[in-house]
Amino acid sequence: MIINHPLLGPRDAAEFTYLGDATLINRPDWQAEDAAGKFHEYLYLRDNPAGEHRELWFHEQGDRSWLVVTRNTLTHEITKVELARDVALAAGRDK
Amino acid sequence: MSHYSIFSLARNALSRHENWSEAWRNPEPRAEYDVIIIGAGGHGLGAAYYLAKEHGITNVAVLEKGYLGGGNTGRNTTIVRSNYLLEGNAHFYEHSMKLWEGLSRDINYNVMFSQRGVLNLAHTDAQIDAFQRRGNAMRLNGIDAEFLSVEEIAARVPLLDCSPQTRFPIRGGLLQPRGGTARHDAVAWGYARAADTRGVDIIQNCEVTGIDVNGGRVNGVQTTRGAIRAAKIGIAVAGHSSQVAAMAGLRLPIESHVLQAMVSEPLKPCLDTVVTSGAAHLYVSQSDKGELVYGGDLDFYNSYAQRGNMPRVEEVAAALLSLFPAFSRVRMMRTWGGVMDMTMDGSPIIGKTPIDGLYLNGGWCYGGFKATPASGFCYAHLIAKDEPHPTATEYRLDRFLRGAMIDEKGMGAQPNLH
Ligand SMILES: Cc1cc2nc3c(=O)[nH]c(=O)nc-3n(C[C@H](O)[C@H](O)[C@H](O)COP(=O)(O)OP(=O)(O)OC[C@H]3O[C@@H](n4cnc5c(N)ncnc54)[C@H](O)[C@@H]3O)c2cc1C
Repeated sequence: MIINHPLLGPRDAAEFTYLGDATLINRPDWQAEDAAGKFHEYLYLRDNPAGEHRELWFHEQGDRSWLVVTRNTLTHEITKVELARDVALAAGRDK
Repeated sequence: MSHYSIFSLARNALSRHENWSEAWRNPEPRAEYDVIIIGAGGHGLGAAYYLAKEHGITNVAVLEKGYLGGGNTGRNTTIVRSNYLLEGNAHFYEHSMKLWEGLSRDINYNVMFSQRGVLNLAHTDAQIDAFQRRGNAMRLNGIDAEFLSVEEIAARVPLLDCSPQTRFPIRGGLLQPRGGTARHDAVAWGYARAADTRGVDIIQNCEVTGIDVNGGRVNGVQTTRGAIRAAKIGIAVAGHSSQVAAMAGLRLPIESHVLQAMVSEPLKPCLDTVVTSGAAHLYVSQSDKGELVYGGDLDFYNSYAQRGNMPRVEEVAAALLSLFPAFSRVRMMRTWGGVMDMTMDGSPIIGKTPIDGLYLNGGWCYGGFKATPASGFCYAHLIAKDEPHPTATEYRLDRFLRGAMIDEKGMGAQPNLH
């Protein structure tokens, strides 16, 4: 599988490690009233779709950037690769 | 259904084996059952069998989207063991081991259970400590375990490279003598036949496409062969647990990953123990047909592809050769993959869901074959009595909310590391 890194171009997936669903970027507010329930969902529950999946990959053997890869879990076709930093900033996070 | 025995074999031999009756019926689905099980793998079929045998509930349908035993039950590398450290796992898997020991007789079907021993290799001081601790815990729980020295290992598995200059020098190993292998297809076929004999309808080519929930209760399913009603529905679909649970609006603590396995060309008997190495990421045994059956890690990213990637095949083959240089000329015959239901703590789920009458059996990760008998047994108990079997109380779905994880390897909520 080849991941088209936004900065480095096409790289072999073997250079990366895999974390999981990109919703892990959206860490809940630990001070909120319902934090316990929200953290249960955040940490443990997954949509686990058979089809398009947005997921976090880490370029461990490369530039050590985190990427959000949109990949089909049935065909492994990759349709989009973004820097996780850009995704987080666009979602309103400060870093 | 005729009883299989030496006499039925002799009788049928006289008529050139042309008059055997079918092993199970192929019934049309009825409009309503007392219990519907979704998924005719070993777990679903086992649950149906024990519902009938232990609880007298025979108005049961097992619905299967493909053919029975065509999921992970027919794809796995058949290692059976009960060498667990944690309480929540130990008693359940030992319950399973005891059922394995009497299974062929119980279901009148030869599952070729072979207690050839399962040997875990230790390559570091830390592993030796961990294995001895696990072995001691097993013995305290009444489960067999022996710690072997390198010399004992070399005598037991002569082809294993026990020399100090190998890639991962072997320092010792934990053996469970009662562990071993069984014939995977026979387990599905045997449970299917035994359940069918007791009146269970096994309905193949029948995919569940929806679950009907009304006022917090289930009352039936939609399938490619029409709607079927039941007040109790049990999910047992392994890698597709998330999809089927989503039909009832549930999200699960599960990710689906592909695990590959491979076999070599058949060889004369040369390996009579199951050998595993966590450090080399490998397990291997020899089948009764003579093939080396081996595998290693997951492909590591979510997948429903039922086929794996080449780099993993290469890594597993390299690991095999580092431990068994003698196999370097052996040709690989085929590889395949199965979709694993990996949970957040690496342990399975047998429990109620928030929806009345809907039960979940899943999250078996790469180790659910050995669990098949106890999983069926405990699932039947849960469905019949609406309360967990004593050996499966820790497998409840709400353990993630309660913080009561059963994380055998201490990996945390990262499914691909369990
Ligand atoms: C390569 C590999 C090696 C393994 N090695 C071992 C091992 O050595 N030891 C061990 O203990 N375990 C091993 N396992 C794990 C083991 O195979 C599984 O945990 C176990 O077989 C799961 O059994 P099951 O009955 O739950 O699932 P399955 O046998 O997968 O049955 C589930 C069934 O549900 C059906 N289904 C899915 N969706 C639907 C639907 N919507 N409607 C109707 N039916 C549906 C599927 O078609 C399937 O037949 C391995 C797995 C793999 C893939």
